[in-house]
Amino acid sequence: MRGAVLRRPSTSLAVLAAAGVLALGACSSSGGKKAEESANPAPGAGPRLKIAMVTHSGPGDTFWDIVQKGAKAAAAKDNVQFLYSADPDGGKQAQLVQAAIDQKVDGIIVTLAKPDAMKDVLARATAAKIPVVSINSGANDSAKLGAVAHFGQDESIAGEAAGTELAKIGAKKALCVIHEQGNVGLEDRCAGAKKTFGGDLQNLFVQGTNMPQVKSSITAKLQADKGIDGILTLGAPFAATAVDSAKEVGSKAKVGTFDMNKDLIASIKAGDIWFAVDQQPYLQGYGAVDELWLLKNNGNVIGGGRPVLTGPAIVTKDNAGALEAFANRGTR
Amino acid sequence: MTQAVAEPPLKGPGADERLERQSALRRLLGRPELGALLGAVALFVFFSVVADAFLETSSFSTVLYASSTFGIMAVGVSLLMIGGEFDLSAGVMVTSSALVAALVSYQLTLNVWAGVVISLAVTLALGMLNGILYTRTGLPSFIITLATFFMLAGLNLGVTKAITGNVASDSVRDMDGFDSARAVFARDVDVAGVNVNVTVFWWLLFVAVATWILLRTRVGNWIFAVGGAAASARAVGVPVARTKIGLFMGVAFCAWFSGMHLVFAFATVQSGEGVGNEFSYIICAVIGGCLLTGGYGSAIGAAIGAFIFGMTNKGIVYAEWNPDWFRFFLGAMLLVATVVNLVVRRRVERSP
Repeated sequence: MRGAVLRRPSTSLAVLAAAGVLALGACSSSGGKKAEESANPAPGAGPRLKIAMVTHSGPGDTFWDIVQKGAKAAAAKDNVQFLYSADPDGGKQAQLVQAAIDQKVDGIIVTLAKPDAMKDVLARATAAKIPVVSINSGANDSAKLGAVAHFGQDESIAGEAAGTELAKIGAKKALCVIHEQGNVGLEDRCAGAKKTFGGDLQNLFVQGTNMPQVKSSITAKLQADKGIDGILTLGAPFAATAVDSAKEVGSKAKVGTFDMNKDLIASIKAGDIWFAVDQQPYLQGYGAVDELWLLKNNGNVIGGGRPVLTGPAIVTKDNAGALEAFANRGTR
Repeated sequence: MTQAVAEPPLKGPGADERLERQSALRRLLGRPELGALLGAVALFVFFSVVADAFLETSSFSTVLYASSTFGIMAVGVSLLMIGGEFDLSAGVMVTSSALVAALVSYQLTLNVWAGVVISLAVTLALGMLNGILYTRTGLPSFIITLATFFMLAGLNLGVTKAITGNVASDSVRDMDGFDSARAVFARDVDVAGVNVNVTVFWWLLFVAVATWILLRTRVGNWIFAVGGAAASARAVGVPVARTKIGLFMGVAFCAWFSGMHLVFAFATVQSGEGVGNEFSYIICAVIGGCLLTGGYGSAIGAAIGAFIFGMTNKGIVYAEWNPDWFRFFLGAMLLVATVVNLVVRRRVERSP
């Protein structure tokens, strides 16, 4: 271990080493104000850290863009060098985590969409004494895989909140539009919504990467079942498309959705979309970077070993105006 | 070749099968699109029986819309496949094209029609680049367009993010020219009380033009020739390189049109869209009778292929089958359609 310290000219360790030298070489061999100050730098003035975030995001996803913005904001404040990489494939995501370990980062932020694929590599991170924080999905596996904290939304709880909202706007028979087949988080949302909705909630699969197909599939479903009076989409861009489909068929179905973006806020204000269940992705990125910084500089753990919930935060016509400015700059 | 013709025929005149007079039925059976047509009819009957809502005219319009969004791209892709090449960048090129139009109009605050025209130029240049890279290097088009596929996917995200700070283009819905552009690219047309998206009519027009080019013009002969045997085609004076570059640009044109539909139907464009769609277009062309090896196929066949694809895609929704099995059903239906296609063609080949 000591050899590793000598080979690695890391600033954080250099500071600690300098503190040690001071403590040894100065008048008092131990204790004293000087030792305390140099060994425990004041919060906010910590040494430069390098933190890597590795997610399962595909490229060009609004959601992960906001997560990154949160992480970068916290990184700028905390004097952190922030690195981001992502791959939707579990095995490749694990390789990216390994790459971060090889880079000897000071902390790793991961998503656990495929917990089994991440198990071995996270054990290696723990062995290398690199603290891990998990975000987004995988609340149940987080502690088991050695993560010190988890920031995310419990998809079932968020689903339940959406189900309640759907019932509140008076829907009796609704659709849950899943835009990525086989995604556990999306299935959980629909299952959660079913629990609290009370009415009849059916799942509909659409191909999220092909918007005309999303539109025609929702149109087809509304034509097949004229009794549908509510649509729940699981991503912001699909909500606007669902509104188009409903208009085209002449359906009275009311649309609610998960997640947020600036167009959505405008639609909610205009009354086209009734509600949005926001899991506050900004908070996930911001919180995770802050947690790693706090852990390094003050030994703090947020959440007491339990997942920290960043959502659901419900956005309706009532509070859309207050959030508009934030959504417009792409952080909500 | 010359020698074989010069030899005296052994069985008297008419022994050369190419010169034999064929019966009308046999000629019909020899068309590349026949198998696909039978598959389409079989699927149509099937869904009419199992799905109550399927036969309503408004439902049929939805199926046609879904088919047209595949079908417009399948026109360009099928011609390219007849010419013996693939374009794996076709799916993301649609998104690139849409992003160019949306970003240019919004960022420079131009009339959206300016964005439409600039996008056309950029997209055609992309197709030309594919073609020139292919003809200059002689590498398989599969590799060339795989490379441009990745590059375009990266550019879509990188440029959008650099310009807007977000991963989607800003909405152009309230800009000058949006309504007129929407009327051209994404309007609903009332046909006897049913709303039909205008893309359906453009699709039919593109198929007609492509069929005319293939069957009635010299360029059409060139396309079949470069796909069937490029070396021989070159030897008899066909401009192989120009034909292939033109075919790549044809795909680019279709990508531009599809991209414009994306912009004016949905107003914002997600930069990550389009990945994976290239295979749907190839599937449409193959179901419609295009050979993967080139030299054989038809634009009408590809249109029927797109119709099968769209019908299956939406028919499963109308039938209200368990959505967990959606992709299984989709795959099974496609397999049935292509096997019918194959069986019919084999029958025709075997029968005297």
